[in-house]
Amino acid sequence: MNPISLEALAAEVPDGAMLALPPDNSLPSVALAKALIRRGVRNLRLVGVPVSGFATDILIGAGCVTSVQTSAVSLGEAGFAPRFSAALRAGKIKVIDATCPAIHTMLQAAEKGVPFMPLRGLIGSDILANRPDWKVVPNPFATNGEDPIVLLPALNPDFVCFHALMADEEGNVWVGRRRECATIAHASKRALVTVERVVPGNFLEDERLASGAINATYISGIAIAERGARPVALLDEYGFDGAYVSEYARMARSEEGFAAWCAREVFEQKAQAAE
Amino acid sequence: MTEIKLEERITVALAKLILDPSAPPARHIAVGAASPMPAAACWLVKKQGNPVRLSLLHKRSGNPFTEGTRELFDLTGQGRIDLFFLGGGQIDGSANLNLVGTGEWPGMGVRFPGSFGSAFMYFMTPRTILFREEHTPRVFVEKVDNISAPGVSPPGVFRRGTAQALVTGRCVFRFHPDRARFSLESVHPGETVESVRDATGFAFDVAGDVPFTPDPTPEELALLRGPICDEMMETYPEFCTRVFGRKQAA
Repeated sequence: MNPISLEALAAEVPDGAMLALPPDNSLPSVALAKALIRRGVRNLRLVGVPVSGFATDILIGAGCVTSVQTSAVSLGEAGFAPRFSAALRAGKIKVIDATCPAIHTMLQAAEKGVPFMPLRGLIGSDILANRPDWKVVPNPFATNGEDPIVLLPALNPDFVCFHALMADEEGNVWVGRRRECATIAHASKRALVTVERVVPGNFLEDERLASGAINATYISGIAIAERGARPVALLDEYGFDGAYVSEYARMARSEEGFAAWCAREVFEQKAQAAE
Repeated sequence: MTEIKLEERITVALAKLILDPSAPPARHIAVGAASPMPAAACWLVKKQGNPVRLSLLHKRSGNPFTEGTRELFDLTGQGRIDLFFLGGGQIDGSANLNLVGTGEWPGMGVRFPGSFGSAFMYFMTPRTILFREEHTPRVFVEKVDNISAPGVSPPGVFRRGTAQALVTGRCVFRFHPDRARFSLESVHPGETVESVRDATGFAFDVAGDVPFTPDPTPEELALLRGPICDEMMETYPEFCTRVFGRKQAA
């Protein structure tokens, strides 16, 4: 699989797509989120696996998003996600709340190709009360009493985007221990992946690399984006840029501030890189 | 640096609750997102020589999970995690947690980040220690606006445990699941039963004289400000700088 350009990768995602994103501790592709903003994508239905962070907030701020299914949206130590909060208050996005293991479980059902999976907990939570698509049934195997349990439908996103450390010549990508990226790739129709670099060989031939790899069969497109997770950390490659996120959190408190940030960090940066 | 920071007092109070001999044993403790004080309390318990396994969800290097974050929930589903920590934007007198927001669902007043794993973890761990530094009537309310995770469950609903206690910036409450109420266990120096009552939106029980929460010992403070700060710097640099006075690397 030959890498394509970042902008070409972003062009693969049509308006209205359901797009799953990992959170800030698990390989989000901030580079691709910025490219999606430049492409002017609209009406994305985001899924936070299992929560949402920086990439989600900038996509919402740029008006690319119509709904978010997630278990939380936060900028970590930099606090609440400002454009998410503002968009919810203004009625510009629909928020579908979940709880972390429910998101994982719905994706695992899709991964297995079964229509639903059960999950413990949740009974008595208003999350459940606001999820007409989740059902409570008696445990059919219970030996003592009814034992109510929640059933969650399979979740099959149109796309997942994440940032892997590297790809090989065969199009396998390597994410190390961040295996939720594998679960989302298995469960989604198409996986678009940015990488720091492409290396010779085949990860699946190397016993030490194979367990951290995602087979190319699940990958629909790869683009090289050096520092593509920035400002988020990438495994042991580079750390979290707290100052960058704090500045964003300050500027994005207002719509004008976000627009100025976006002009500088999403559009100008790209123009400079192209020169 | 001898002044005891409130965060240090809360951390040491959390550590004492982890080691509470009347609670089920804590052999394997997990710490989730945005939890620097619980993480520090766990490190304190461990560095004091207690045999405990710590799984810190947000640790970047040496992260304990090799199957992604879902492994935390799978472990907890099986009953392999003994203790977890939860906070809340609102917590009420029955230990219901609201991490979603105030007003109409899904938080049309003030939106909080969201429920994270609370709606599962609160049911599936044998005990949960609640923590929230801000102790005001807007946080500790009579009834939460929205329930992320309920404090108690009716008979017949599968549940391994409930809150053990709630540690705040003013006091330590003990939770009694049989009557779904808190009682006041200790007040931090400078507080009284009355000052805690004034700052709390829910009714709670008081039995006899309420002692002060003990000060952290010099040994505990030295551990927190030295080796524990070292462990936490990568995950919580802002907290380590603010509380322990540690300079961040350029």
